Amino acid sequence: MLLRTAAPRPLRRWVPVLFLLALLVGACSPEHYAQTALRPLSDFAKIGDDIQTTTIWWAFGVFVLVEGALLYAIFRFRGKPDDPEPQQVHGNTAIEIVWTVIPALILAAIAVPTVKGIFETSARPPADALKVEVIGHQWWWEFRYPDLNLTTANEVHIPVGQTVSFRMGTADVVHSFWPPRFAGKRDVFPNRETRLWFKAEAAGEYPGQCAEFCGIQHGRMAFRVKAQTPEEFQTWVSHMQTLGPKPPPAAEAPTAGDSVQVASAGASLRQAGASQDPQYATGEKLFQAKGCVGCHSLTAFNAPKGMIGPNLADVGARSYIGAGSFKNTDETLARWIQNPQAMKVGVLMPNLGVTAEEAKSLVGYLRAHQ
Amino acid sequence: MATTALDQQRAHATAGHAEKSGLWSWLTTVDHKRVGILYGATAFFFFLLGGIEAILLRIQLGSPNSTFLSPDTYNQLFTMHGTTMIFLAIMPLSAMFFNFMIPLMIGARDVAFPRLNAFSYWVFLAGGLFLNSSFFFGAAPDQGWYGYANLTSRQYSPGMNVDFWTLGLQILGVASLAAAVNFFVTILNMRAPGMKLMRMPMFVWMSFITQVLLLLAFPVITVALILLMFDRFFGTHFFVPSAGGDPLLWQHLFWIFGHPEVYILILPAFGIISEVLPVFSRKPLFGYAAMVFSGAFIAFLGFGVWSHHMFTTGMGPIADTFFALTTMLIAIPTGVKIFNWLGTVWGGSIQYRVPMYFALGFIAMFIIGGLSGVMHSSPPADLQQNDTYFIVAHFHYVLFGGSIFGLTAGAYYWWPKMSGRMLDETLGKVHFWLMLIGFNLTFFPMHILGLNGMPRRVYTYPEGLGFETLNQVETVGSLILGLSFVVFLFNIFKTARGPRNAPADPWNGATLEWAIPSPPQEWNFAEVPAVHGRDPLWEAKRERGGPLPEPPRVSGEGIHLPNPSIWPLVAAVGLTGVMVGVMTLHIVGPWGVVVGLSILFFGVYNWAFEPAG
Repeated sequence: MLLRTAAPRPLRRWVPVLFLLALLVGACSPEHYAQTALRPLSDFAKIGDDIQTTTIWWAFGVFVLVEGALLYAIFRFRGKPDDPEPQQVHGNTAIEIVWTVIPALILAAIAVPTVKGIFETSARPPADALKVEVIGHQWWWEFRYPDLNLTTANEVHIPVGQTVSFRMGTADVVHSFWPPRFAGKRDVFPNRETRLWFKAEAAGEYPGQCAEFCGIQHGRMAFRVKAQTPEEFQTWVSHMQTLGPKPPPAAEAPTAGDSVQVASAGASLRQAGASQDPQYATGEKLFQAKGCVGCHSLTAFNAPKGMIGPNLADVGARSYIGAGSFKNTDETLARWIQNPQAMKVGVLMPNLGVTAEEAKSLVGYLRAHQ
Repeated sequence: MATTALDQQRAHATAGHAEKSGLWSWLTTVDHKRVGILYGATAFFFFLLGGIEAILLRIQLGSPNSTFLSPDTYNQLFTMHGTTMIFLAIMPLSAMFFNFMIPLMIGARDVAFPRLNAFSYWVFLAGGLFLNSSFFFGAAPDQGWYGYANLTSRQYSPGMNVDFWTLGLQILGVASLAAAVNFFVTILNMRAPGMKLMRMPMFVWMSFITQVLLLLAFPVITVALILLMFDRFFGTHFFVPSAGGDPLLWQHLFWIFGHPEVYILILPAFGIISEVLPVFSRKPLFGYAAMVFSGAFIAFLGFGVWSHHMFTTGMGPIADTFFALTTMLIAIPTGVKIFNWLGTVWGGSIQYRVPMYFALGFIAMFIIGGLSGVMHSSPPADLQQNDTYFIVAHFHYVLFGGSIFGLTAGAYYWWPKMSGRMLDETLGKVHFWLMLIGFNLTFFPMHILGLNGMPRRVYTYPEGLGFETLNQVETVGSLILGLSFVVFLFNIFKTARGPRNAPADPWNGATLEWAIPSPPQEWNFAEVPAVHGRDPLWEAKRERGGPLPEPPRVSGEGIHLPNPSIWPLVAAVGLTGVMVGVMTLHIVGPWGVVVGLSILFFGVYNWAFEPAG
């Protein structure tokens, strides 16, 4: 009642609108979104973001002016049926030239940084860049570090402050590799290498996902980018290089480009101390008996190529399973092993008739692979 | 001339032209107005179907990790939603207006090829049924409306889903091409005396440009679909990488068609708006010549921008630059159009009737779609935007905020002419406000979600990425949007029970269709009109110093009309039979195709040797 007398009518009318606006502004804030493209964390992403910010402001300005003119006309030129006929204007060459030229100038203002940005983003990465091969699979991501002889899946580790050069392809259909915090997306093709690079500026774990429709589980083809300080990254690399068929002695730890051919494929991994766990031993046998080994490799170093399923050498340490779909807990992992089709219908991993007890052993075995 | 023996004989044969009715009269009709109504009714049915599909998709996305739809069902529904809205709703809704309105607006008695016109409709209907019959096999297309290779290969899509899509689009392409030839010739050859090209109503101009686009763009998709069909049925490898084929070739072929297709969808709406705005502003269209040339320029440039759909494929800096700049160029003629519409309204005496609401809504919404379009013309920015909900927002602002608002304006504007009944104004305004609010609630938040990392075509999203709130808002919006069309349907049914109350010229129209009774008689114009300017009816009214008298309904004695024919329908059934035959090759061998071809030839043969009138 008080409001009725206190607030003028037109103001009250805007209350629900303001409320909606407040809601919208809250839901708009990029901080609210883990996968946002509006808070770039790399040199590459900032190139696009700068241009996008420029165009957003131009667009916003044009929006306000043109919609404003439209609203003005809507209210100003309200007529009644019996009003006299308005002045019959057929056009005005001068005005028409002006409103052709002004948009052209605005577009030029967008075109100049665009062309610059195109060439910047198409530039070759520096020679000291860390090389990573990205291979899209229905519906997971394989990452290989050719100079480090490492392979992993669905979680790509990168060092902060060093350019990472991605060379990408697919094992099956077209996908698109998209780590929004670090770069725009780049499609991956069969028989055609595509490239992307960026230099990460902040450590942390960031989500990304496939952005080109690739079949029934396109919606669950995510990955994580784990950006680490150079020291942490180096530690990770050294550790991963021990997860091989024949753990090389520390002194012989391979440097970039050599000792690639030491693989003796098929040998399984032995983790110090882990073999005492009875679950581990049972799980190891089951991993063979249930045929897991046919699709999944457990070696990160000199891993075999062309495996159908994701590499599991460090699966115990990953944040997610099922290509960024489910938190990696013993419970979800056990459920996945027993019935992947229930969690991600259509996934290429079949239900293998694993009992709950067997799943527990397999989880114990896989958990030890860190 | 009018009194030769032959003419008298024909006049005798068709004297009186009793009002035709009954199922047979509809199956054999070659009257462009009836074909137009068939197009409209069918397309509106498919539009509602596509809308229901969309609401199901929205319910699934209303909450994270939802299991309302299975991933497979979701993928089928989003593919069919896009395919339906583009090929079975917006294009044929435009075709409804081409059919019904173009002959009336240019002062003709029918289209150039009336039986071909009927054929186009029947083929369209058959194609739409063929495509949607896939639901009964649980095998609706599930690869997205642009069907990127190599997901569409037998290896990765072994089911019938992609077959339905490939062959269904092929059928629909035949309908579009036949109609395009027809209207191209109609507009060039059938105009009333005095209607020079630069006197044509803007809707006719934009329709004409659309036919040119159809004629040039559809052959490309036809070729692409034939290649895909051969890959899938006959073991060729155009898009199969393991045999040296290239999936990227599909993307180029598809978008060389696909981008002009965007203008095929929007130019007719541009034309409708350019008719509605002057009439309800009581002022001629501002900058007529600029409107014609900007439309033609948009269409021309439309063939040089296709790769802006492919910036993320890594084409290299030269190609990226070229396609970025041509794309930006398109914004100039588009801007010219928007400014000219504003110029039309400016200084007018705006009559706030329902068609005008939708026309003004069109401008307001299309501006947003145009501006987001400029935003992704820049490849470095588009690398983030492409394949996200930002794109989904953009093209819905263009295709819904643009095409559908425009087509709805046209529906309210021409409804009295087509049905002879006025639609209810209040219900119309309720429809408008619900649609405007529902539309913006559904699609505006998609901009924000897209820029904040939500990719399109995902059947669900996990918790924790922040997508929940706005997706919920969108789902509510989509229900409001659906409700707006319930109001529209109610309006149609309510007024259909009332009397035929529409006068010939309810809006103080400027163009020829308002000079004849509502609904028009079968021959449209008892006397072919002579045209002396761009707004012939306004000129006539000015000369007379007031409204024209209600035109009388005449007997039509002596007016030659084409005979009805069943053969277009038979030929359309045969053509569809061929495609069904291809689908069943592995079951019955070539015999399905043989039967289809036989019916097709039988129909075409009888058509060719049928006495024309």
